[in-house]
Amino acid sequence: MARLTPENEILAREIIGRYPRPKSALIPLLHLAQEQDGYVTDDAMAHIAELVGVTSAEVLGTCSFYEMFKLHPCGRYVINVCTNIACMLCGGDELLHHAEETLGITAGATTPDGLFTIEAVECIAACTEAPALQVNYRYRYKVDNDAFDSLVDDLRAGRLNDEIPPHGTLARVRQHIPDDKRAFIVSPEEAAAAGEPAWMHAHETPSVEGGA
Amino acid sequence: MTDTSEAPPVDGVPVTIDGVEILAAKGELIIDAAERNGVYIPRFCYHPRMEPVGMCRMCIAEVDTGRGPALQPTCMLECTPGMVVHTDSEVTKKAQEGVLEFLLINHPLDCPVCDKGGECPLQDQAVSHGPGESRFVEEKRHKEKPIPVSDLVLLDRERCILCDRCTRFAKDVAGDPLIHFINRGNNTEVNTFPGEPFASYFSGNTVQICPVGALTSSDYRFKARPWDLEKTESTCTTCAVGCRVSIESSRNEVLRYQGVDIDPVNWGWLCDKGRYNLAALDSESRLRDPLVKGPGGAFEVARWSDALRAAANAIQAGLDAGGPGAVAFLGGARLTNESAYAFTKLAKGVIGTDHVDCQLADGMPAEAVLGLPKATIDDVCAPGGTVLLIGPDLKEELPVLFLRLRHAVLRDGVRLVQLTSVPNGCSSLASVVLQHRPGEAHEVVRALFADIPAGRDGGGVNPQALDQARALLRSAGDPTAILGRQSIAEGAEWVLDAATALLDAAPATRFLTAVRRGNTHGALDMGMAPGLLPGRATLAEGRDWFAPRWPTVPAAAGHDAVGILQAAAAGQIHTLVLLGADPLTDFPDRQLAARALSTVPNLVAVDLYITESVQHASVVLAAAGFGEIDGTTTNLEGRVSVLNQKVTPPGTARADWEIAAELALRLGSDLQVESVDDLRAEMAELAPSWAGVTDELLFSVDAADGVVLPLPTATATEPDAADADAAAAEGQSAAEGEAGESDADTPAATGPVRPGLVSFAGGEPLDPPALDAYSLRLIATRTLYDQGTFTQLTPSLAGLAPGTVLRVHAYDHDRLGVPSGTELRVKTPIGSVRAVVVTDPAVLRGTAVAVFNQPDVPLNELIDATQRVTDVRIEAGDR
Repeated sequence: MARLTPENEILAREIIGRYPRPKSALIPLLHLAQEQDGYVTDDAMAHIAELVGVTSAEVLGTCSFYEMFKLHPCGRYVINVCTNIACMLCGGDELLHHAEETLGITAGATTPDGLFTIEAVECIAACTEAPALQVNYRYRYKVDNDAFDSLVDDLRAGRLNDEIPPHGTLARVRQHIPDDKRAFIVSPEEAAAAGEPAWMHAHETPSVEGGA
Repeated sequence: MTDTSEAPPVDGVPVTIDGVEILAAKGELIIDAAERNGVYIPRFCYHPRMEPVGMCRMCIAEVDTGRGPALQPTCMLECTPGMVVHTDSEVTKKAQEGVLEFLLINHPLDCPVCDKGGECPLQDQAVSHGPGESRFVEEKRHKEKPIPVSDLVLLDRERCILCDRCTRFAKDVAGDPLIHFINRGNNTEVNTFPGEPFASYFSGNTVQICPVGALTSSDYRFKARPWDLEKTESTCTTCAVGCRVSIESSRNEVLRYQGVDIDPVNWGWLCDKGRYNLAALDSESRLRDPLVKGPGGAFEVARWSDALRAAANAIQAGLDAGGPGAVAFLGGARLTNESAYAFTKLAKGVIGTDHVDCQLADGMPAEAVLGLPKATIDDVCAPGGTVLLIGPDLKEELPVLFLRLRHAVLRDGVRLVQLTSVPNGCSSLASVVLQHRPGEAHEVVRALFADIPAGRDGGGVNPQALDQARALLRSAGDPTAILGRQSIAEGAEWVLDAATALLDAAPATRFLTAVRRGNTHGALDMGMAPGLLPGRATLAEGRDWFAPRWPTVPAAAGHDAVGILQAAAAGQIHTLVLLGADPLTDFPDRQLAARALSTVPNLVAVDLYITESVQHASVVLAAAGFGEIDGTTTNLEGRVSVLNQKVTPPGTARADWEIAAELALRLGSDLQVESVDDLRAEMAELAPSWAGVTDELLFSVDAADGVVLPLPTATATEPDAADADAAAAEGQSAAEGEAGESDADTPAATGPVRPGLVSFAGGEPLDPPALDAYSLRLIATRTLYDQGTFTQLTPSLAGLAPGTVLRVHAYDHDRLGVPSGTELRVKTPIGSVRAVVVTDPAVLRGTAVAVFNQPDVPLNELIDATQRVTDVRIEAGDR
């Protein structure tokens, strides 16, 4: 559907530049694509394949391995309700059931207005605060039915726009590493030739001599 | 691992497998060491030609490395001294049964309708190593039954056991990772990216190595059960690599080819063109009987005696009209060695004409193929070597050689320096790509080894790349070279020039000559080129040897293919015999070919099909094809291997050599051969390069991989056990056995001595003609699938010819003033075609690149075979 936009392509090239091998930038670029469209489109995967020099099948292989990359359109807000043991004991299943009733969809589906997707997930590492859920990976702790309803109201009304960006945006602060602060990029082959691990080389090392 | 005990007494690693102490090679995997010593450990993912991954866990066994027994995958573990392996202990058995039960949980039990059933490792090992019963009572996973992953391969995902063989092959061996594991855990499946099929030239290999029936060939699907197949080994003659294959047939019909693993050549792999073009032999278009053109100009089926009489009359008419020089033979690169010899004997020994050329000006000069110091594929791929690739795109023309070279570069530290006018499928393997102007490879070769003289620029290569290549060659030993035609829009002279320059600069260089057609090397060996006699003897040197043994010998050297067609067009050739040749399609210059075929009074064709050229013939003799006759073939290394008959030829089609013998008889001369064996005996007796190649040798176990000609001379009696490769070792043992005999055959006192082998002389390289400012120099490359007869008559391959555009540099394109992708007229002084012209940054300024023999853009209308280069003009005004 959508390849990376020209602005995002520039960003993609910057991200690729951080790694000794373009292929290493695959996952950050998939996040970029998901940020752009809310999910990872086929065209974006094909575009990323071109940018990092692998086949589209390899990009799909990587992308489909990870739960956080969505290959189909999902809601603006993806709500992950934990149903793992601690949350289950504290009412996670009931919370999920309430969410399904409230939004009129089953877990895994998206509301017709495209706002909400509910997912039942395994442990999200908030057992002390059970039952817990995440909205676009932002936590809500000890959620009861009322808290869920007001959360949905707030999201609908846009009152949480500052806190919770649309699905796909991991962070609003983008990492920019100035050239002079960047660790010197040494490929594994060069490092092996120099007999030292790659991380030994700080940016002051101009180059690795005697490479193969 | 440090060895604290006493050093092993011999070079090897002592390990105990099932209570028997064996000696494993250093670095050998347990699974291999066990198999070599008669203990088969079950496996699915492990394949000896690929890196082990330990995916399937089937080869798990109890291994004790001194820390107590533990279950380990034996395909991932190298043998270490003192290791104790139990492949049949209770613990091992329980583990293996568990793995099998687990693998079978989701595997459907549709063996009765599965192509693999009967030759299926999963089926076999479920019986031999499985628990016999499954405790799994739940519903199996279901997926859509076969989905096409390419035009040739179907994927049945529910049968897949996720062994990673096909995906590993695609990535590591073929370099086309277009199939991949998708999703995770229980949902993992092999698949392609949506809309991007597994369009690899090597996709058929994944079907062969799939240990279950998950991948099946669309061609072979549901055609046969493995136990109904009869098999015989042979050698693929689709291209000149000479991959060993198994021809598998049922009820006298060939149903599939499978790759056979031989060390010196194909390692078990085949390209899809070779694997799937069997349909062409069984095609509706196949000639089943001889044809004679009737009075109305239409072909009529004839009896063999009538057709042979008509053909002999045609030859006799040529002889009567202008003597032996009025008869010419074109083609023969698809014949067996024996048939090639028979036709050479007919042409040169009975008729007496030297106008014989097995190539259609699209190959390499015989002098280069036969005379250059030769390298084998193993020599080229020897670890740590340096290879100069001067010539064609191996991936498109000799695909399995590309696989071998790819492995050598990526795994064995071979460094590749590529000289080419346009980057191609091999360029990503090259350490340095030296992109030069068409026809100036010799300039680059000189520049690699010496300073560039003032006023020259080394073929226009990038100076930095040149420096890199020089440094690389300085640090290397003697290079080997793969030499061939990269563009048939240039004459073959450039290949000779490059070889000359390379031999001048680096005399120890050895060459692998990248001829393309199946048995070009064998046909040249048998003398099917002007100025040659069988066995790599020149006409001049061999005349005294052959004169008393043949009815006659040509008086003087004749024409090559260009000369023959020119002479025919000029009315000097009265009878032209086409031996499986289709000059209208394959000769670079269609207009010359068309003039020749329409002018020549008598045209006789020996062919499998009525090709465009054959339609001009007055007599067509139906020949037997691959798998229908016995014989031998010679690959591009000069390796002779045995072809076996599996099925009978269709209709009354006959072996080519029989046709030659019958024609000779009707011309009043007896070739004195009654069988392929007779021919081979005569070849071994008469042809110098075949000296010592007896049937005992060819059919011996030692020669299962073929023998490389010429056999080493008898002086090398000391076997060099340390590093003699298989081929050399065979050759040596053979030579030892045969030396006495062949010496006795040729007593110097009793007659002319056996002629020596032709050697490469070369000549002073010439500069290409200057390019005018309005023209672009044409580079005509090839792709694996094209308009060739075999591809087009194979339904599954016919649609894969990709077509072509004309690629030019943006600078040249800008001058046209039209957008990239516009269809324009492309002209040379002799012809014009319409082609879509696009810009490509990889193309050199002043050149234009297109693919030969593709639909809609007949490049052979543009090329003048008498010119050394083809310069085209693109006309933007004439849309």
